Amino acid sequence: MEALVRILTDLHPDVDFMTTDKLVDSKILDSFDIVTIIAEVDNEYDVAIPAEEIIPENFNSAKSLYALIKRLMEEDD
Amino acid sequence: MINVLEYLDHTAADYPQKTAFADENTALTFGELHDGARAIGSFLCGHGIYKKPVVVFMPKSPQTILAFLGVISAGCFYVPIDEEMPAQRITLIFEQLQPEAVICDSASKDSIKEYGFSGEKLLYDEMTGTPADEDALAYVRKNAIDTDPVYVVFTSGSTGIPKGVVACHRSVIDYIEVLTEVLRIDGDTVFGLQVPLYVDACLKEVYATLKFGATTWMIPKQLFMFPVRLVEFMNRHRINTVCWVVSALTIISGLGAFKKAVPEHLRTIAFGSEVFPIRQFNLWKQYVPGARYINLYGPTEATGMSCWFEVDRDFALDEPIPIGQPFKNTDIFLLDENDRPVTNGGQGEICIRGTSLAMGYYSAFEKTGQVFVQNPLNKSYPELIYRTGDIARYNERKELVFISRKDNQIKHMGQRIELGEIEIAANAVNAVSGACCIFDNEKKKIVLFYTGDMDEALVSQALRDRLPRYMMPNLIFKRQSMPYTSNGKLDRIALKQQYAAQSKSK
Repeated sequence: MEALVRILTDLHPDVDFMTTDKLVDSKILDSFDIVTIIAEVDNEYDVAIPAEEIIPENFNSAKSLYALIKRLMEEDD
Repeated sequence: MINVLEYLDHTAADYPQKTAFADENTALTFGELHDGARAIGSFLCGHGIYKKPVVVFMPKSPQTILAFLGVISAGCFYVPIDEEMPAQRITLIFEQLQPEAVICDSASKDSIKEYGFSGEKLLYDEMTGTPADEDALAYVRKNAIDTDPVYVVFTSGSTGIPKGVVACHRSVIDYIEVLTEVLRIDGDTVFGLQVPLYVDACLKEVYATLKFGATTWMIPKQLFMFPVRLVEFMNRHRINTVCWVVSALTIISGLGAFKKAVPEHLRTIAFGSEVFPIRQFNLWKQYVPGARYINLYGPTEATGMSCWFEVDRDFALDEPIPIGQPFKNTDIFLLDENDRPVTNGGQGEICIRGTSLAMGYYSAFEKTGQVFVQNPLNKSYPELIYRTGDIARYNERKELVFISRKDNQIKHMGQRIELGEIEIAANAVNAVSGACCIFDNEKKKIVLFYTGDMDEALVSQALRDRLPRYMMPNLIFKRQSMPYTSNGKLDRIALKQQYAAQSKSK
């Protein structure tokens, strides 16, 4: 989770990613952020987020994004 | 034809019930647009606002287009502003424009104070209830000429001060007539609008829809974060024509959306503003093979687009898609540093001549005079051309190929170098997803920034195979992401500033 929060904080240093759960709904993230996050997650966790998982529900908070990463890692095993 | 409103007059008479512009909340028919525009026009006439810039300060929506048309009905010209623009830019625009009137919705009427505007705020909802004043509207139309302005749109100046480009009816009509012929627009066209309404790029969708009685769906900006949802939206609304910036198209192809959903109705895909990375382009052609792919190029100062190229062959990974040929009734020629015409495949500045030329920059005669200049090849009578500051050449097929911005051309170790060529080489490296090159003038160093899944040393090695020694970047930095301007172009100025700040702190 720490590494993920670091990735997000690099993009938006002014946002507290431990508490915010409306990253999409309150328009904090934009399309360039999404592209960057997906590339960095692949780097850090060796997980490729498939297109059907790139949906608002999975990107609204660091928590939900981390849950997605964990699920994808398990499915991979 | 003198006035762009004639498009609406005809389609509103022919298809009053057909949907013209729609988003998730609202759909406006041609009949409603016609009536609403006349109501707003009558309101402005009643308030004595005539031949003035009127700011439309509303979000991307069908109502905003109705407001544009209302402003024109009153013999005024619209200036689109949206809160998605950076706050500093909005403030600078108000400062330069000093508008007498601003059309707001309930949200923007409160936030407008923050931008230092204290003039008259007009509420959209109140204006649309105004009864049509036939005499006033007829008087305005009778006295209108086709060199009256339609709009002022602001582009980012290289110094950071936005410049307001003024365009007239004749230029817009000229553009729409030739553009719709190339894109083969008709009454069955369904556009999916990606670009904001505050750039001239939206002229294509707005006025082509009015001319042919087509339909434009405004795509919510957020959908460009979620590619599968975006494609589903396009299929649901049977969108068959798009004119998007390249980065919007590569979101779909680059994030793997094609494996889950493919746009089913697309027949025309026009793109521009940036170089299309060929690997991404090939994905599009693979999954949407039946569509026509058209590269567009043009500066705001020449009203919309000036050049087009329909992709008719395969391109190598390091080969740029040409910008092709000028639209009908536009002339393009290349001038070298001594203002002599360039021939034989040499490089030169793109210069544009024709009805498409904008009137100039609003309240900025000096800036206008620097780029809207007497044609140096014509020594006999006054004739303006627009100097784009873009460098291009003709390839062996006599197609124009964009190379880079003039200020992106540097002299290094005695050689003339296009930073854009280094970027193309970097983009052709497999693991590189984006590249931007700047020149550190002080230390005389070529600095390359890139994004992608590869270390600096390996990128450097890969470039060594692709670039002559004198073009090799002296410094290479990997980045998480690239800064982009509000128009979706790489923000070189921001990158330079970040680089300068970094090298100072060291």
